[in-house]
Amino acid sequence: MAWLVIVYLGSLAVLLVSALWSTDTFTGALVRTFTADNIVRVVTDTVFRAATLRTIGVALAVTVICIALAVPLALYMAKVASPRVRLALVVAVTTPLWASYLVKAYAWRMLLSGQGPLAWVAGYTPGYGLVATVLTLAYLWLPYMVIPVFAAFERVPNTLIDASSDLGASGWATLRTVMAPLVFPGIAAGSIFTFSLSMGDYIAVTIVGGKTQMLGNIIYGQLVTANNQPLAAALSLIPLVAIVGYLLAMRRTGALENI
Amino acid sequence: MLPISIRRMTKAWSVGVLVFLYAPLILVVVNAFNSSKTFAFPPSGFTLRWWSDAWSSSGMWRSLGNSVIVGLCATAIALVLGTMAAFAVQRYRFFGRQTISFLVVLPITLPGIVTGIALNATFTSALGVTLGLATVIIGHATFCVVIVFNNTQARLRRLGPRLEDASADLGASGWQTFRYVTFPMMRGAIIAGAILAFALSFDEIVVTTFTAGPTVQTLPIWIFGNLFRPNQAPVINVVAATLTLVAVIPVWLAQRFGGDPATTRV
Repeated sequence: MAWLVIVYLGSLAVLLVSALWSTDTFTGALVRTFTADNIVRVVTDTVFRAATLRTIGVALAVTVICIALAVPLALYMAKVASPRVRLALVVAVTTPLWASYLVKAYAWRMLLSGQGPLAWVAGYTPGYGLVATVLTLAYLWLPYMVIPVFAAFERVPNTLIDASSDLGASGWATLRTVMAPLVFPGIAAGSIFTFSLSMGDYIAVTIVGGKTQMLGNIIYGQLVTANNQPLAAALSLIPLVAIVGYLLAMRRTGALENI
Repeated sequence: MLPISIRRMTKAWSVGVLVFLYAPLILVVVNAFNSSKTFAFPPSGFTLRWWSDAWSSSGMWRSLGNSVIVGLCATAIALVLGTMAAFAVQRYRFFGRQTISFLVVLPITLPGIVTGIALNATFTSALGVTLGLATVIIGHATFCVVIVFNNTQARLRRLGPRLEDASADLGASGWQTFRYVTFPMMRGAIIAGAILAFALSFDEIVVTTFTAGPTVQTLPIWIFGNLFRPNQAPVINVVAATLTLVAVIPVWLAQRFGGDPATTRV
């Protein structure tokens, strides 16, 4: 535990502090005096603001797509499939998680390329850009959504569903009024993963995003290319704040106990 | 019992999602045998040439070696620290015990880039350490500890303290209880945690980028570095296909030892 506290929280503390430092404009060396310049720049710069909005938009879009794909699948796994099929599906959904992240992003680069399989089959490809980024991220994080939603559906007692239909509710009414409220914490738990993983991603964007800039790219650029570590630290506070905010919002739904 | 219309629809939807999940992976494997150097589809011919090219790529082997070293070291550290922490939290009461369960969620949900920059800032500007293999190991161990901790703690919570109490009542020493009662019950969870920790470390790229410095390459860093070089594409295809096929091993291992099949990954 001490490890976690010292290495991890210590590092986060250094991050917070270094966001308040600056670099010498001439030599590029770190100047360890406190200044709020970086924070002000991060909040006011239009490029950073556009990237922040784009990144949050992408993270939300990915989350919505994952929910749309995962809910019917999870319902089928938990309430329709036989136990054998259910186990097979759980394995089938989680196996891609063990495949390399890079390889999966690379697969989408192949899939969406100009003369790639998608163009061959459908005659159309969205190409590399914002759409490709959203698709790839949704693909990467989908299992993280399916599993908590599946677990939530599995916890809904069958007797409740029977009782609902005995009382005359249609299938849809049962889904909407009986199951949806019970499954919601599971969806919220899954969305924590899809949202926060998308917020910080910059590798997939680099691979399939074309010229699309997300926060992660900008942070990486500031640190590695521009060698401006304080500004990078200040910028990385944005996803940090967004995710902690999201976690706190989701905590009220009881999602954290479902992770 | 849900009505037949909903049952049919969810089934069709599930088939669709499975296609969505597996089509890209199949494509990766197929492309490793594609004789064309581009992504052009359909493949223009079948070849094994890229496999021998990849086999003789020294950069690949060197980075693979680094990945294995980092994975093993990080997993070993994580096993010791994660298990001890889980026991401490689950079996003893102490100040700040409640906050820990919130704290351990943070490293999994915070993006790698934040962790990466935080560690980078600590190593370079606060501690003045040279980045290398050791810093990568520390970086990986940080999130691996959390994984092992979560797995072990979940199992401990389910087991409860009764069997240990019984063992103590029957006169076993603390060490004997651990050796003959607690550990055998924990083995599955610990192994599952170790497999997961190793797999995550092996696949990690973001934290690695920020803690490795320019000289050390792990396999993901090497792949990423060569991803945009058209000349290297066939070799990358082969490595990608191999990594995809190898992904079955941890699933099999987790099922064999973990007891809790596959879901250990989440």
